Amino acid sequence: MINNVLIEMRDITKTFPGVVALDHAQLTIRKGEIHALMGENGAGKSTIIKCLTGVYERDSGEVHMEGVEGNIYNHSTMDAQNIGIATVYQEVNLCPNLSVAENLFIGREPKTKLGTVDWKTMNRKAKKIMDDLEIPIDVTKTLDNYSLAIQQMIAIARAVDMDCRVLILDEPTSSLDDNEVEKLFKLMTDLKNKGVGILFVTHFLEQVYAVCDRITVMRNGTFVGDYSVQELPRVKLVAAMLGKDFDDLAAIKAEGHSSFSDEVVVEAEELSHKGTIKPFNFKIHKGEVVGVTGLLGSGRSEMVRCIYGADKPTGGKLSMHGKELKAKAPIDSIRAGMGYLPDDRKADGCIGDLSVRENIILALQARNGMFKRIPIKEQNRIADEFIKMLQIKTASRETPINQLSGGNQQKVILARWLCTHPDFLILDEPTRGIDIGTKTEFQKLVLEFAKQGMSVIFISSEIEEMIRTCTRMCVMRDGQKVGEISSEEGAMTQQAVMGAIAGGEK
Amino acid sequence: MNKKVFDKLNGNTLLLVITICLFFFMYIIGCIVYSGKGFTHLQTFLNLLITNAGLICVASGMTCVMLCGGIDISVGSLVAMDCMILAYGMGKLNLPCIPLILMILVIGLVFGAVQGFLIGYMKIQPFIITMAGMFFARGMTAVICTDQISITETTNKLFYAWANFKIQLPAFLGYVNKKGKLQVPFIRISVIIALLVVAATFFLLKYTKFGRSLYAVGGNQTSAAMMGLDTRKIKMKAYILSSFLCSIGGICYCLNTMSGSVQQASGFEMDAIASSVIGGTLLTGGVGNVIGSFFGVMITGTITTLVNTNGKLLSSWANIATAALLCFFIILQSVFAYVKNRSK
Amino acid sequence: MSGKIKALTKNQLFLPFAMMVLVLLINLIKSPDFFAINIQNGVLYGRLIDILNRGSEIAILAVGQTLVVAVSAGTDISVGSVMSLTACGTCMLLAGYGVNSTTTLAVPLVVGLLFGLILAMCCGAFNGFLVSKLNIQPMVATLILFTAARAIGLLLCNNQITYIRYEPYKYFGNFIPGCPVPTAIFITIVVVAVVMLFLKKTAMGLYIQSVGINKKAARISGLNSSNICFMCYLICGLCAGIAGIVASSRIYSADSNNIGRNYELDSILAVALGGNSLGGGRFNMAGSIIGAYTIQAITVTLLAMGVSTDQAPVVKAIIVVLIVTAQAPAFKAFLAERKAKKLVQVNETQNKEAA
Repeated sequence: MINNVLIEMRDITKTFPGVVALDHAQLTIRKGEIHALMGENGAGKSTIIKCLTGVYERDSGEVHMEGVEGNIYNHSTMDAQNIGIATVYQEVNLCPNLSVAENLFIGREPKTKLGTVDWKTMNRKAKKIMDDLEIPIDVTKTLDNYSLAIQQMIAIARAVDMDCRVLILDEPTSSLDDNEVEKLFKLMTDLKNKGVGILFVTHFLEQVYAVCDRITVMRNGTFVGDYSVQELPRVKLVAAMLGKDFDDLAAIKAEGHSSFSDEVVVEAEELSHKGTIKPFNFKIHKGEVVGVTGLLGSGRSEMVRCIYGADKPTGGKLSMHGKELKAKAPIDSIRAGMGYLPDDRKADGCIGDLSVRENIILALQARNGMFKRIPIKEQNRIADEFIKMLQIKTASRETPINQLSGGNQQKVILARWLCTHPDFLILDEPTRGIDIGTKTEFQKLVLEFAKQGMSVIFISSEIEEMIRTCTRMCVMRDGQKVGEISSEEGAMTQQAVMGAIAGGEK
Repeated sequence: MNKKVFDKLNGNTLLLVITICLFFFMYIIGCIVYSGKGFTHLQTFLNLLITNAGLICVASGMTCVMLCGGIDISVGSLVAMDCMILAYGMGKLNLPCIPLILMILVIGLVFGAVQGFLIGYMKIQPFIITMAGMFFARGMTAVICTDQISITETTNKLFYAWANFKIQLPAFLGYVNKKGKLQVPFIRISVIIALLVVAATFFLLKYTKFGRSLYAVGGNQTSAAMMGLDTRKIKMKAYILSSFLCSIGGICYCLNTMSGSVQQASGFEMDAIASSVIGGTLLTGGVGNVIGSFFGVMITGTITTLVNTNGKLLSSWANIATAALLCFFIILQSVFAYVKNRSK
Repeated sequence: MSGKIKALTKNQLFLPFAMMVLVLLINLIKSPDFFAINIQNGVLYGRLIDILNRGSEIAILAVGQTLVVAVSAGTDISVGSVMSLTACGTCMLLAGYGVNSTTTLAVPLVVGLLFGLILAMCCGAFNGFLVSKLNIQPMVATLILFTAARAIGLLLCNNQITYIRYEPYKYFGNFIPGCPVPTAIFITIVVVAVVMLFLKKTAMGLYIQSVGINKKAARISGLNSSNICFMCYLICGLCAGIAGIVASSRIYSADSNNIGRNYELDSILAVALGGNSLGGGRFNMAGSIIGAYTIQAITVTLLAMGVSTDQAPVVKAIIVVLIVTAQAPAFKAFLAERKAKKLVQVNETQNKEAA
């Protein structure tokens, strides 16, 4: 076994101002294996990867690679690529203005005899690569013509085509649907059989058990263990990641289905947004938690954006507390008592350079209006209150939000809405890209809010999670609301929901 | 087949087509309105090229910088400095012109390298650095000499000969003027240089690794870095290229004006930027084409010629017309961007 | 103690301020009477007064420019031209169209000034509309007025220089009779104070920074991003208008070609020298204003040293490069790395010695 080692990282330490991101961490990747790297947010997964690929330079530690002499220092991603380490990140790192073919070949374009770029060969080769992956697209078109999922596949195709010996996939599946994930897994298995070592970072446990051979677990920047998949069942994996005995997610189930009043808070009649979502009806009662489910791109996010007014509805009627609400912009919805936690926290949620405090009070300030500035003392009080309540891990309330880990950023955005005391809160994928510990916390919080009389729409890709928290589920398919499943009579089971999402014959 | 052609005509290429069409449209309008004032003659068109040869070179360089998401506002001053060095060197110091020209080209490279280093490696905003470059070059022009110096036949025969050398086109393209003399259309050396620069830049952008990396860096710098491109080096090279082309432009400009003065070529940088924008280059980078910029220069040039030919209009109308056109193109671009986002 | 010094040097305002002090020190060494202020003909004279007075336009422009930079990560390059247009518009109305010199006003002074300011605000609104509603890159959008505004001003003045030889019109750029302090200084103080109060007492500062950092998120959080952006451009236009009137009043005329020439560059420079990122987001108004006066101090110093107006830019350029390089994160990181390496070496040698 030891001879098969492709990459060995030992005693890696990396510090950022004020934080020890990696503390004597280690990682071993072998030939022809799919190796999962697991850990909570902030465990140091991204950092160790970036130390390997040359994005960061490590403070100390050794990196050895088979076939390469001595201790390896990669100073840039180029260095890493040259010795055969390719990376695909969660955010698609391609150029939207270039053609698909160029994105596949930039930096290593086929050349003609004169040393110029050989467009014909490039397009031909690109076409072949995409055909091999069964993605029939026009490779001469610019990348921005295609969906995020296809872009992700192109990014992977690029890495694969570079004859890499080690392929690092940093949460590549978070924007892919099941079908595409399957394609990706097939590709990964093919590569594995060719002897490539694959490092796979994901938050989906099922995926780990579906394809991986070994698992490295990290926690708080340290190495916890390197296990084979067989010796580490789910419960143990989760326990290793959290570093404590994990009270099973199911524990919150009992609290889930509390009763709610008959008072209708929000009602949508034939509400629609041209091009994204067809007319739908929707009703939510006081203290109710309603889930919206469906595949990615089924219109679930678009539906709540439409209700909130982030995308202005083009037809239909929305009323809140029985009064018609015509929201021209999100501010009108906020004034009416809505809150909306967007699914893309980086693009729609965080105000990067601003402090935690400023991020928290932003929506409240916006509701108060420009001329009623919240006094600084009051701002501090609110910020401190929520940092404590939501257990936001931050150095201080004046720390810029972009220095926080993903889960904590999400909590700050949640605090932004909670401090406006909304009657109706929309949570669009609050748990995506968040470690399991925080996920449970979020679920508990949601139920807590409902108890206090808040109405919540909860969207998640994980059906289990929704079954636990929601009293009712709206099912979306192809931009249309196709049905509702109620928890009464025990009708809300995983199979029932899956069936409704998939549609077709029963 | 038709659909395929239409497919290829996405927003950006369509803009280029509009730019080219607009140029010809304007020119034809000019021919009709001012037919009595010689607008129909081929020479008028060629003069357009001759007067704008310098700007064409500068705009080509500007396009490259804008493609990688930067901007270079030092070009106007650099042209002035180049002209001043040539004029002072030949007019006052009686130096031969070939070493001077070589010197100017080297200065261009060094100037670009310094700016490029500060922008690429020190990661300072290009606007600030090239603004400093602009101050520096303009100031240096004044340091060299504050008078206006002309280059005449007596000061440098060779340069004078180059400047006045007519490359005659075939005679049948000419016309017979009122005195019954055949006027053969001609172009000057500067035009040849400018056209060569455009062709070379086009080739560079389309068919070399460097050219494509410029587009990549302009499209998404982080991605470009992740894909293994050395963005710092690419940026630095872009600014070197811009300043180098600018030096060539300076020589062309000097061949036209045959003089050097402190206030020469002021506002050149904005003309170059305006031309690039009219030609479809986005200031955010990643989209554009040197052919577009060429036609951009031609359009602004045509406007000036039209205003001048009229004779009665104030010269400020040329500025206002350029601005209106700029406005038109900018709004057009944003409409295209909007449509593209909607259709997704 | 060293911690305090460190905190001080880390402060965004430290470098601009140190720069300013340095420039003044150089002056002091060169000519000890630099700080001397005396009264001649009932008004204050002296280099310092000169810097404060002449720096007014840049400072006023820098106020507007800072907001524009913060909110849109771009620069308004039309401010110089808008200054010129304002001056021309005001003078044209005051003198009457086509009149190139007048001692009596065609309309009341206030009407003329208001007209000029409204013109400037229209320009600001135009820029703001293009940037905020049509999502056009600020520099391109303002390039339109950069080209057109000056030309329109020239048309308004019928292609000539319009002189307003009417005493009260000269007040804004010179002295109000009986007051020894140049009026421009008061105007600057008022503009700065009003904007500062506006930012401090309302949530505008937070709004502008939020929009500048993440427009989409700001909108979702209930801010009207495009209105806020629009407002910044409007304020910037108004500032340009005020600066234009001051500049015009100094020479009691509307010299379309020369008023505000290159002022857009100076104002942007002021913002950058103040330690503000041209990439938008967080901003510090005080920094910009210090930056503005630093620029003026440099110019005045050079003139006093006998460097001609044409040559002065060389020194300016070198100073700019030095300052921005010193502020550049990449350069700081480079220095930090060297320091760390030295420390390691020292440690190693110590270890060896210990061994």
